[in-house]
Amino acid sequence: MSLRTPLGRVLGRGSAGDGVGHWWMQRVTAIALVPLTLWFVIALLGHPLQSYEGMRGWLGQPWVAVPTILLIVTLAWHSKLGVQVVIEDYVHAKGAKTTSLLLSTFVHFAAAVAAVFAVLVLALT
Amino acid sequence: MNSRPLSPHLGVYKFMYTMVLSILHRLTGVVSTVGFLLFTWWLMALASGSAAYAAAMRGLSTPLVKLLLAGFAFSFVYHFCNGIRHLVWDSGRALERAQARRGGLIVVVAALALTALVVWLGCAALTRGAP
Repeated sequence: MSLRTPLGRVLGRGSAGDGVGHWWMQRVTAIALVPLTLWFVIALLGHPLQSYEGMRGWLGQPWVAVPTILLIVTLAWHSKLGVQVVIEDYVHAKGAKTTSLLLSTFVHFAAAVAAVFAVLVLALT
Repeated sequence: MNSRPLSPHLGVYKFMYTMVLSILHRLTGVVSTVGFLLFTWWLMALASGSAAYAAAMRGLSTPLVKLLLAGFAFSFVYHFCNGIRHLVWDSGRALERAQARRGGLIVVVAALALTALVVWLGCAALTRGAP
């Protein structure tokens, strides 16, 4: 016999309070990152990295900028979820845990916004 | 803080190399996060103009930083390969011990080979288009 209340079972939530949402999004972003990173790394390594004009011209094209923005958002999301699990597993002191989770969230959001902004600058200016 | 044991219980298992692969997945994930921040910095440099980009590329082209970039390349490639192994597990396949060990071996060999390829192509790309 289960000790969970019928309501708890219906909601499908564990002790973390958000059910399988975290686990699931980690997989969704992982699957999306397979083609996105594969494409980006192969394409990037085929370009003249030292050439400012060359890199700007490449990343600024609509069909390059859009998947690059998708890559940035997905990467930041996946990274944020992953670092969160690592912090939750290894940082046990409550204050340090909350502080590092906050810091990780802020850094990931800031990096994602900066990277997307940079691609928009390349594409639109 | 109470003294109840908290997971993960790292001290209670007999050593197996699949454990190293497992912790390496987390480690390479965290290193790849730093790589993502470096990537963001590189994009911001590119968006900031030719002088900022030239300075960034000078920094990225020193031997020591190139070695660091090779480390990021390995981290990312390993996490990529082992991540696919995890996705296969998530689908309910290859969960037997022998399969897990064989999968681990495939991941290590693939990661090392692909890292060598990325580093080789990366070194070539880092010399192209110099002003």
